[in-house]
Amino acid sequence: MVSVDDVSRTYGRRRALAHVTLQAGRGEVLGLFGPNGAGKSTLISVLSTLLRPSSGRVRYGSHTSDDTGDALRGQIGVLGHDLFLYSDLTARENLAFFGQLYGLDNLDARVAEALRLARLTDRADDRAGSFSRGLRQRLALERALLHLPRLVLLDEPFTGLDDDSALVLIERLRSLRERGTIVVMATHDFDTAEAVVDRAICVDRGRAWPVAPGVGSLRERYRRTLKERD
Amino acid sequence: MQFFRTVLTIARKDLVIEARSRELAYTTLFFAISVVLVFSFSFVVEGVALTDAAAGILWVAIAFAGTLALGRTFERERQGDTLKALLLSPVERPAIYVGKLLGLLLLMTAVEAVIVPVIGLLFQAPLGRAPWLLVGLLAAGTIGFAAVGTLFAAMLIRAQSRDVLLPVVLYPITVPLVIAGVRGSAAIFAVEPNLAMAQAWLSMLVFFDAVFLTLALWVFGPVMNE
Repeated sequence: MVSVDDVSRTYGRRRALAHVTLQAGRGEVLGLFGPNGAGKSTLISVLSTLLRPSSGRVRYGSHTSDDTGDALRGQIGVLGHDLFLYSDLTARENLAFFGQLYGLDNLDARVAEALRLARLTDRADDRAGSFSRGLRQRLALERALLHLPRLVLLDEPFTGLDDDSALVLIERLRSLRERGTIVVMATHDFDTAEAVVDRAICVDRGRAWPVAPGVGSLRERYRRTLKERD
Repeated sequence: MQFFRTVLTIARKDLVIEARSRELAYTTLFFAISVVLVFSFSFVVEGVALTDAAAGILWVAIAFAGTLALGRTFERERQGDTLKALLLSPVERPAIYVGKLLGLLLLMTAVEAVIVPVIGLLFQAPLGRAPWLLVGLLAAGTIGFAAVGTLFAAMLIRAQSRDVLLPVVLYPITVPLVIAGVRGSAAIFAVEPNLAMAQAWLSMLVFFDAVFLTLALWVFGPVMNE
C-alpha cells in the first residue's frame, strides 16, 4: 500500500500540490488525470522520492522514504516524461547499464527478455538515439520495469505509441496488476487508459479528488467531476 | 564493494559514450591547444618564453578546457533527464558523484597528456626536470578542480543559464588550486628550480583536494535531493 497523507509541495511561492491525500493498494492501477500544469508530474516525483513534500508525508507500506532510502528506490520503477535513456548507448547497453546500477543478477537474460517484451530484439544493438519516440518509449518502459519494482510510476506512458504498442502496454500493465504491482499513471489519454485503470483521480490546481463513479466514459466522468469542483 | 562497482559502472558508461561521439575530447583538446598556441605568440619572443609563462598558460588551459568538459558532460545527463534516473536508482549518491568525477578526470588526463608536451615544445619548459613532481602537481590540481566542478555542474544542471553560472561559481573557489598549480609548476620550470618549493605547493594541492572531496561527497546527496 502506498499512502499519500496531506501532502503539499511548493516551488517558491507557487503551490504545485495542496493537501493531497490518496492511497493505492497492491495490484491496483491508479490513473491521475488533469489539465497541463495541474500537479500530476509533481505528484509522481514526490512518489518516486525525487522530490520531498513541503508538508505531509508519503508512506510505502509501513515505511517512509526517510527510513529506507536506497532500498526503497530499488522497489520503485519510474517512466518519466523524458525517457531516462542515453541516446549514444544502444538499447541493450541502456538496459544493461541500469541493470548494473540496480545490482541485478542474471543480467544478460533479463536484458534479453526486456528487449523481447519491448519488441526490440532485432534492434538491440542500435543506438537509442536512432529510435522513433514510440520505440524509445517502449525501451524506456522496459528499463523502468527491469528490476521488477513493486511500485511503478508512469508519466504519460502512451506518448508516441501507435495503436498496437498502446495495446501491448495495456497488456503489460495488466500483467503487472496480476503480479501485485502498484501502478500510478499520469496521462491525458482517457480512451486508452480506461481499459486498464482501476481507479481514477482528478488532479487540478494541485488538488486531487476521485473521479466520480457512475454512467458514461472515463472522459465524461472526469469532465463532470471537474465541472462540479469548479 | 557496491560503491566501487557503481563508480566504475558510471565512469565506464561515460567513457563508452565519449568513445563513440568523441565530442568532448575533440572540443576540449582543440580549445586547450588553441589557448596554448595563441598565448605562445604573445609570451614567446624571439624563441624565448617569458619567465613563468609556461606554468601560467598550462593551468589556464587546464581550467578552461576542464570547464568546457564539465558543462558538456552534464549536458548529456540533462538531455534524457538521465541524471534523474541515476538519482532514482538504489545506489549511494556519493557513488554517482565519484563515477562522474572519475569519467571527467580520465578525459582531462587525456587532454593534459597532449597539451603538456605542446607547452614544453612551444615554451621550452623543462618537463623532464622533475617529471614525477610535475605529474603529481597536475594530478592533484586536476582532481581538485574536477571535484569542485563536478559538484557545481551537477547542482546547476537544471539552471537555465548554467553555462554562464558554472565559471562564475567555479573559478573563485578554484583560484587557490590554480595558483598552487601555477606556483608549483613555475618552481620546477624556473631557470634555478626550487623543487622543495614545488613539493610544498603539491602538499597544499593535496590538502585542497582532501577538503574539496570531503565537502563534495558530503553535500552531493542533500543538494541532489531537490
